[in-house]
Amino acid sequence: MNATYISALELAAGAVLLSAVMTLWRRSVRSIVSMLSLQGISLSAVAIVLALHEHEHALLVTGCLVFVVKGLVVPALLRRVSRLDPRSRESRPLVNVPASLVFAAVLIVLAYVVGTRITALSATSATHLAPLGLATVLVGYFMLVTRRRAVSKIVGLILVDNGIALVTFLLTSGVPLIVELGSSLDVLLVVVVLQFLMVSMRHHSDTDRLTEMKALHD
Amino acid sequence: MMATTASVSVSVYEGAATLIQLVLVALGGPLLVGLMAKVKARAEGRVGAPIVQPLRDLRKLLTKERLHARHASVVLPLAPMVILASSVMAVAISPLVSTHPLLGSSADILVIVYLLLTGSAAAALAGLDAGTAFGGMGSSRAMTIGALAEPALLVAVIALSIQSGTSNLPGIMVSTLAHPDWVLGPSRLLALGALLIVVIAETGRIPVDNPSTHLELTMVHEAMILEYAGPELALVSLGEAMRLGLLFSLLANLFVPWGIATHPTAASIVLGTAFLALKAVLVALGVALIEVRSAKLRLFRLPELLAGGFVLSVLAVVTGLVTR
Repeated sequence: MNATYISALELAAGAVLLSAVMTLWRRSVRSIVSMLSLQGISLSAVAIVLALHEHEHALLVTGCLVFVVKGLVVPALLRRVSRLDPRSRESRPLVNVPASLVFAAVLIVLAYVVGTRITALSATSATHLAPLGLATVLVGYFMLVTRRRAVSKIVGLILVDNGIALVTFLLTSGVPLIVELGSSLDVLLVVVVLQFLMVSMRHHSDTDRLTEMKALHD
Repeated sequence: MMATTASVSVSVYEGAATLIQLVLVALGGPLLVGLMAKVKARAEGRVGAPIVQPLRDLRKLLTKERLHARHASVVLPLAPMVILASSVMAVAISPLVSTHPLLGSSADILVIVYLLLTGSAAAALAGLDAGTAFGGMGSSRAMTIGALAEPALLVAVIALSIQSGTSNLPGIMVSTLAHPDWVLGPSRLLALGALLIVVIAETGRIPVDNPSTHLELTMVHEAMILEYAGPELALVSLGEAMRLGLLFSLLANLFVPWGIATHPTAASIVLGTAFLALKAVLVALGVALIEVRSAKLRLFRLPELLAGGFVLSVLAVVTGLVTR
């Protein structure tokens, strides 16, 4: 039982980080969004495995909530946005793909070096995995600053949020349900608002590359 | 006296295992190449050449006369022997049929990597030797791909050896047999992904190189060996096929070592041989399916694929350290 619990937890936490890296690797928005969906599902798996092991019903509800919001609803919304856009590829990232993958490797090692110092303070089989969440946060920030398209920036933001959620699940066995509810709905709201914003951006200026917008005009 | 006879019979079995895996890979490597060509042909709706065609080609090439380019130096006739010898050496010491081949204690994973690298370097020098434009282009491309695949390979290997505490191949396999739960751990799966990319790059299969084309814009490996004919081409092809057989078998045995012979008995070696053949065929079928489903990448997109392999292997190391 205990061995299965640990390996299921390791597998799910590993999948969260792997899907974060895969979003840097793939170019088409469609496959980036499916990676994001995979990440949401693995994140909910982490929560559910923890909840089953520690018999916490609130965490179980949180896990199901994460599954619905981050695994299904947010990716579906993003897919709708990308369907509106005929040119659904990240055209020119500021840092090219091989370089950003190598950078991601550096960030992951950094997260490991820093994260293990923190997790050594209270070592259980769950807290050991917290550096993976930290690495997901760093990869998310990297995506936020190096990608031009609005969809990619939203994806970067969600990566950061998922990474923070992973760290909280692993270190504290989950925040109170009401807080997780708030943050999940926050992300959903952000995605919806950005979706409206992007549609109107494209309507006004025929592009959604944020760097190309230098000035405001009416 | 008892102890001496026991150790003699043990080394007989070790020698038998080495001999079996040499013969198996020398015959099986070309057969795997033929099998993959057959699968691809069937998937494309063609009948395709029979699976034994690469072996027939080898026999045909061996009876032809030796021909050299006019300006070639001693490197050109020497390189096929180096390519074949490095493959034979790597096959002989690797744990394929048994975890204890005759020289198994020297089968450090770094030794295998650099034996295979010796073969690649010889092929690249041979490509440059005749002084043709295609040969030089092929060598340059092959070395570029090799240099990009090497870091991913080494880091993935580190991930495997961190878990087992040894970089000796038989040691890694024995410790995996003792801990079946490692196989589905995140570190192993990530290292598997990285090694699969590296193996595809090293054997020159489709997303990286197309072995069945002689189109000058895209060929990599074929451009390098363009100057070879007759028996020397046979040696090069056999060396490359053995290398493919070795890499596929190692990939299978490192991640699913079950079935490999661990005891010096005849029954266990026979079983190990059967399992090795089965696993190598399954890996070949998997790679052939990847080939069918994907298009060859542009040369300038290759760094993306290989950098992906590298970051997968870094992830494997970090998750291995975190979950230890």
